[in-house]
Amino acid sequence: MMKKIFVPLVVVAAAVFAYAPVAINNVPLESTMLLVQKIFYFHMATWIALTAVIAVCGVASAIYLFKGSPIADWYAVASAELCVIFGVFGLFSGSLWGRKAWGVWWQWDARVTMATMLVLVFLGYLMVRKYGGPGSEKLAAAMGIFGAATAPFVYKSTDWWRTIHPPTSVVRTLGEKFPAAWDVVIYCSVAFLILVVLLLTARVRLEALRAELDRMYLALED
Amino acid sequence: MVRRALSACLSVALFSVSLLAQPGQDGFVQVTGAPPGEQIPAAPLVISSYAFFLVLLFIYLWTIWRRIGKVEADMRSLERRQSEGGQRR
Repeated sequence: MMKKIFVPLVVVAAAVFAYAPVAINNVPLESTMLLVQKIFYFHMATWIALTAVIAVCGVASAIYLFKGSPIADWYAVASAELCVIFGVFGLFSGSLWGRKAWGVWWQWDARVTMATMLVLVFLGYLMVRKYGGPGSEKLAAAMGIFGAATAPFVYKSTDWWRTIHPPTSVVRTLGEKFPAAWDVVIYCSVAFLILVVLLLTARVRLEALRAELDRMYLALED
Repeated sequence: MVRRALSACLSVALFSVSLLAQPGQDGFVQVTGAPPGEQIPAAPLVISSYAFFLVLLFIYLWTIWRRIGKVEADMRSLERRQSEGGQRR
């Protein structure tokens, strides 16, 4: 099923991402932040994509830990890698935006600090997998579950603590206040979710091939 | 007398604090009237953000492609060894 739709999905993703700069450029400038606000469209979409891969990692890790399904483990490790990729881009784009909006490259406010910790948890997941030796898959799965459990705290951090990030209500009310921007946020988020599906599929295929290679080695030894 | 003076001072202090206190800021407020030398240009930041995304994406795709290629090469090598072993027997 996925093999059949993979190539058409790549074409769709390429077309969607090719049009994204045009769509972003067509949105009128936001009245207070002006041009730098254009970072928002990929910045926001990145965190939505990150939320999706965190959910996949958490669920897959739980399935692997409690049921022992190897396929769930493939999805867990693939999505953990994507968590780091999207997390790094989210932090980087936020830093560039902050340079203009706040006048600093980095600010240790609750949202930024917690998001950094979240990315570090998934980086830890990958390091445990790579250097942890036999049985590290189970340990990493527990890290994946706790990493996913951290995500809601990162999201609500701007509501619970005093930070220089805007509260979550700003995004929720964006559709009423700035409809043109909201449409492009949705567009970019869909583009990023398509990208998540593609990258996850490619990365899971790598894990499937590695499992097949291990099976071949065992067969040769026998 | 002292008590009245203290309460008067306290009232004046509280009143002036309430006058001087600034209202809470809700969201981002742009600085206006900054001299050109103090202003940070937005275009390089926006371009860097999107360029970094593309570079990161292509590097990641390249690493996946390279890793898949390596595993497939190992599989081909193993298949050759298996078939050679079968012919010897």
